[in-house]
Amino acid sequence: MCAFSVICSVVHGDTQQLSSAAAQSCGEAVKLALSLAGTMALWGGLMQVADKAGLTRIFARLLSPVTRLLFKDCDEKTMKAVSMNITSNMLGIANAATPPGIAAVKGMYKHGGKYMKRNIAMLTVLNTASVQLIPTTIGTMRASHGSTAPFEVTVPILIVSFVSAFAGCLTVYALSLGRKSDAHR
Amino acid sequence: MRIGDILVPAVVTLILLAGVYRGVDIVREFSEGAKESLTTVIDILPSLILLMTAVGMFSASGAVDIIANVLSPVTSFLGFPRECVSLALIRPVSGSGALCTLEDILSRVSPDSFTGRVASVLMGSTETTFYTISVYFASIRRKAYPIVFAGACFADICGFVLSAMIVRLIM
Repeated sequence: MCAFSVICSVVHGDTQQLSSAAAQSCGEAVKLALSLAGTMALWGGLMQVADKAGLTRIFARLLSPVTRLLFKDCDEKTMKAVSMNITSNMLGIANAATPPGIAAVKGMYKHGGKYMKRNIAMLTVLNTASVQLIPTTIGTMRASHGSTAPFEVTVPILIVSFVSAFAGCLTVYALSLGRKSDAHR
Repeated sequence: MRIGDILVPAVVTLILLAGVYRGVDIVREFSEGAKESLTTVIDILPSLILLMTAVGMFSASGAVDIIANVLSPVTSFLGFPRECVSLALIRPVSGSGALCTLEDILSRVSPDSFTGRVASVLMGSTETTFYTISVYFASIRRKAYPIVFAGACFADICGFVLSAMIVRLIM
């Protein structure tokens, strides 16, 4: 990606901007990590409280028809983390989704087994597809630019993200099927 | 927007109230969970620096314009607005970059126009794919599995094509 950027910037004739961008963005990464540390710690703490209060078990049970279909051979703790991750994503609180998401990936990795790679891949793909019930940021932006119906995009967004998440999961599923027959040989 | 403003405080309150109701030692559990998250942030920081530097170089290099030009025959065939191609290209790599691009699009065309709607749907139905992948795989210190990229990229492409289609069909 870096090499590609260098070539493109030479073609574009703006090499000076590139070098300053490289210097600037690595500093920005640390800044991002610092602000990330704040929200991650807040939500990580809250998730721990939610877990101890038994809230996560409720969500895990509600989502179990879906999660059981997508994730195979996971212990209960991981399943609870997966459910919290999906719930937070649907509510559109990405910062709240990350701590349980990471906990789930770690749990799956530690647990190992035949389905380990597929489970981790499935969770990551689900997170990149962002199924969200109410697109708050976009609604706000549309409203500020004078949209007459800022939230009219809610249903299309839901449909598109749902279908693309499904497509992503299907890809992971299909590709891991091929992988498994390789292992048997 | 009302819903968005109230959502986060409501969730926080709900969690804390449930904690109180079930007699959880909130301060102790909270600090334990928070500490764990902080270690995670330190774990993922090195790969975050690498990724952000690469992304910063990518968006400063004008690569997006070049790729958008190369792809324009395909995208115009699919009925994909020209402005949204840049958004689709920047969306998987940089969240803040994508927000800037959307802001730019919405200030130039009406949010209720075809282009504005496609841009909104596109923005809402996809995520900062590469950032998400790198965060999750940095936490277990492994290279991302190829099937993750295959699945995520396929999902993204579906999202791009579908967002133009759906706006045409139902809006």
